[in-house]
Amino acid sequence: MKEDYVTGNVKTIFGPVPQVSTVWSRSDIWQTIKVRWNLGRMNYKVESGLYAAGNPDATSDVFVSANFKLSFDHLRRALHGINAWILVLDTKGINVWCAAGKGTFGTAELINRIKIHALLNIVDHRNLIVPQLGAVGVSAHEVKSKTGFRVIYGPVRAEDIGIYIKSEYKATQEMRSVKFPLKDRIKLIPVEITYGKYYLALVPAVFFILAGFNPHGYSVDAAWSNGGRAVINLMAAYVTGCVLTPALLPWIPFKRFSLKGLLLGWLTAVLFLFLNLLGNNIFEIISWFLMMGALSSFLAMNFTGSSTFTSLSGVQKEMKLSLPLQIAAAALGLMGWIITRFI
Amino acid sequence: MNGLTYLKNVVTLDLDQQKCNGCKMCLTVCPHEVFELREKKAFIKNKDQCMECGACEKNCPEGAISVRSGVGCAAGIINGLIRGTEPSCDCANTGKNCC
Repeated sequence: MKEDYVTGNVKTIFGPVPQVSTVWSRSDIWQTIKVRWNLGRMNYKVESGLYAAGNPDATSDVFVSANFKLSFDHLRRALHGINAWILVLDTKGINVWCAAGKGTFGTAELINRIKIHALLNIVDHRNLIVPQLGAVGVSAHEVKSKTGFRVIYGPVRAEDIGIYIKSEYKATQEMRSVKFPLKDRIKLIPVEITYGKYYLALVPAVFFILAGFNPHGYSVDAAWSNGGRAVINLMAAYVTGCVLTPALLPWIPFKRFSLKGLLLGWLTAVLFLFLNLLGNNIFEIISWFLMMGALSSFLAMNFTGSSTFTSLSGVQKEMKLSLPLQIAAAALGLMGWIITRFI
Repeated sequence: MNGLTYLKNVVTLDLDQQKCNGCKMCLTVCPHEVFELREKKAFIKNKDQCMECGACEKNCPEGAISVRSGVGCAAGIINGLIRGTEPSCDCANTGKNCC
């Protein structure tokens, strides 16, 4: 099967190696947008193996990547105008950093690929440029002792490769550090939005139905008015937790993501209180504070997985306290809200 | 250095300076500038910046570094709680989204 990013072949003594385009096609851009919105993200792969950018020979650099197409696309785009080999590991369609954490972007797979593609014979030198974040899974000294290849950790971001090569393979501190600027956080938000999946339709439906109950039986009018308010409040809390909190992350007080989410969730609730969306009954108002705070807090806490600076120990510590409180608050709030239907 | 830091005094990173040969590999692979070189030996300068990714441990040829590495991910920890396993973002067989 010929993929549209394959533009031809480069001949080697071991047969032809597919040559790839170093420019993104319209289809690559469209697919990137879709993947950022979590559409087909878990099956966005390229064939693992050896590829050529430009017309590499035995002296050309070898860049290692993952077979998540977004990772591969960023690498080949960064190699525009450069003759190099690309060695794509089989990471089950997962990006370099995450795959390195799982071990699929790892020492064993790298050694395996070096052998399968006879890299010893393809190039004269013994250097491999591995993205720095791959170091989580790759042990440079083990690769060296088992294959003779020296792993050189290149910049974190593929886009820095051009400057990296020009500066004689020196990755500056800037290229080696992982920051988490607004631009990067925004890119991750669409996937966060899709977190709720079908619950985003199911939960509002349940609230609509429940909202119609009252001491006298069932009222469709009440279902519309109370249910409508409920859906607005829930959606607002959802957006607060998975859009606003990630976007404003460094500017919100507290270290714990759950507290950041709680704070913004409650600020939203306060705003809605003044907009008269939380109802007139004190029990219903308290119920909304509990539910909106819990929902926003939980979703914000979930963003730890997308962030680039949270440790396992830290998240475990945070969750030990936060998760039971979130569950309790959501349950209490829901009970309170149902009870206020009947008083 | 960036302004984003997480909880303090929780990180499991440990360095045995006796074993360190000063190769600077940990300085190279660390994404958060946790290490620096002092008198030709690695030194943990920003422990609270560590995200326990494990790159330094994996690439220390002298085995001087130890860290309980894993993903700092709430969804992964919940996954582990539900399945009764270690925290894991490996959700390929559940059809769930992950990194």
